[in-house]
Amino acid sequence: MTDMTFSQQPSPEAVKARAVLLGRSRWGIAEIAFWVLAAACYFLLPTKLSLLSEIAILGLLALSIDLVLGYAGIVTLGQGAFFGIGAYAAGLAAKHGAGSFPWSDPVIGLFIGGGVAALIGFATSFLVLRGSDLTRLMVTLGVALIVDEIVNQMKWLTGGSDGLQGVLPSAVLGVWEFDLFGRTAFVYSMVVLFVLFVIARAIVKSPFGLSLQAIKGNPLRTRAIGMPVNGRLVAIYTIGSFYAGVAGALAAQTTQFASPDYVAFHRSADALLMLVFGGAGHLYGGLLGSIIFRTMQDVLGNITPQYWQFWLGATLVVLVLFVRGGILGLLGNLRDRTQRKGG
Amino acid sequence: MLTILLDGVAYGMLLFILAVGLCVTLGLMNFINLAHGAFAMAGGYLTITLMQQAGVPFLLCLPAAFIFAAVIGLLLERTLYRHLYDKTHLDQVLFSIGLVFMAMAMVDYAYGANQQIVNLPDYLTGRINFLGASIGVYRLFVIVICGLLVVALQLVLTQTRFGSRLRAAVDDGRVARGMGIDVTRIFAVTFAVGSGLAGLGGALGTGIISFDPTFPLKYMIYFLIVISVGGTTTITGPFLAAILLGVADVAGKYYVPAVGGFIIYTIMVLVLILRPQGLFSRGPAR
Repeated sequence: MTDMTFSQQPSPEAVKARAVLLGRSRWGIAEIAFWVLAAACYFLLPTKLSLLSEIAILGLLALSIDLVLGYAGIVTLGQGAFFGIGAYAAGLAAKHGAGSFPWSDPVIGLFIGGGVAALIGFATSFLVLRGSDLTRLMVTLGVALIVDEIVNQMKWLTGGSDGLQGVLPSAVLGVWEFDLFGRTAFVYSMVVLFVLFVIARAIVKSPFGLSLQAIKGNPLRTRAIGMPVNGRLVAIYTIGSFYAGVAGALAAQTTQFASPDYVAFHRSADALLMLVFGGAGHLYGGLLGSIIFRTMQDVLGNITPQYWQFWLGATLVVLVLFVRGGILGLLGNLRDRTQRKGG
Repeated sequence: MLTILLDGVAYGMLLFILAVGLCVTLGLMNFINLAHGAFAMAGGYLTITLMQQAGVPFLLCLPAAFIFAAVIGLLLERTLYRHLYDKTHLDQVLFSIGLVFMAMAMVDYAYGANQQIVNLPDYLTGRINFLGASIGVYRLFVIVICGLLVVALQLVLTQTRFGSRLRAAVDDGRVARGMGIDVTRIFAVTFAVGSGLAGLGGALGTGIISFDPTFPLKYMIYFLIVISVGGTTTITGPFLAAILLGVADVAGKYYVPAVGGFIIYTIMVLVLILRPQGLFSRGPAR
């Protein structure tokens, strides 16, 4: 009886919690401005479109790490593995199914890439449930190395160290062909990024997302209040793998190429760095980080070609020592400080 | 057959000397230092420079490399690393990757991306017959040096006052400090010795492995395998793990080159899953 009245009339606490959750998920002006600006880049920077779509893809990869690391607290050095798996899955589908409908269609290719990556992510997710940060770090790194090794050795399938060539996806939705100037690639990548971002946003603002943050905060207590910790971690790791796989598929389709470079260690490390630059645990951290990272690479790479790595390392050291939580964390601190002064 | 075994043992011994410093920082000080390979690279490149440019004899280069890497280690520990002891593992990883990137770029800038080859002195080249197998003199030399180092390390850790202080500091830093042990200094010295050993390993390695700026990243995974398989509670665990890895790697490259590093990585992941505290460690991890 009490149960029934409870379900019909939610308690005041439940109403309040609901209001808080809904309030948190409202779109702010800064967010809308960010996406409008991103879309406007098509007209503002027409010569940089291929760079911009690369940034969008890297941003998606960083977002996938953010879901796993920033929200659920799983330390991973192997997200590049899923990026590479997605790239090769989509690339192989487009290559061998050239011209025929279901296989070379880019959108379906995204699902193929993301799906295969999610499957392998699901299978390996059980490996990261146990152990400390260090164990997780090494297991994810180990998985990435194994994938790298497989990609390099299975020459008949992947082309080995020469990379997978002849990836020819057909027109997006049968209408927009990929062009030389990267216009289609840009719009396509941005739309995919936006759609996946909105979904990720919904995920992390949902009760499920909040439970992940609770697990990150203290797994033992979260388990003690009855949360299925392992199930949630498996779920988010699989989702993260899917995101990374889609990013890889996008990369393979827009560059019409996939190489072992996609699975290499530095791919995982770079994406992790982008996220840390921008700020882990913020949805925009990865996106902002990828923009800064790639721009830095472009500018510094022009001044001192190949030695930009030094500045990257130096930035990283400074960031860890002095700036907690990346750029978004820094902005948040500043805002808090000014608010405290004002009020 | 025996030749491969001995080659593998020499390689494994070398890996052990390279990795043992990481064992100390990781197992004893609970600090993930992915930049460990950079210290080895410093030792290796110093040897190459001294021998090629200044004509310093090889045997003198070995202690020079040890001191060089130890001093760098000490300086970095005092200025940067000590701020990170109580930070999260992720911060430590990012920080040390940053250091690796800087080290790689600096070496690339100074020496170029080419592989460096060192001309060993005559008395260390050539091969001799040993129990019916032919083995390079240099590899025998490495085995002897590394064997001596292992014995010395074990003795220092178990028999000396410093060793027992170090173990006390690791077991419970607060209590050790309360007993009047200068934990900070012990950690600094240990870190320096660990880096120095890596530098020495790098110097010894110039005759066996080729050096290029990507060295710290390429060998990072080998170090991690040695640590994870061997565990960090003893010296013997990582030692056995390093020998196993060395033999497996040399034999694998010789007999089934197509498989590459696949087997080794798989074994590492399996060991991590089944025995997270390492194959040879006693009892469960604390």
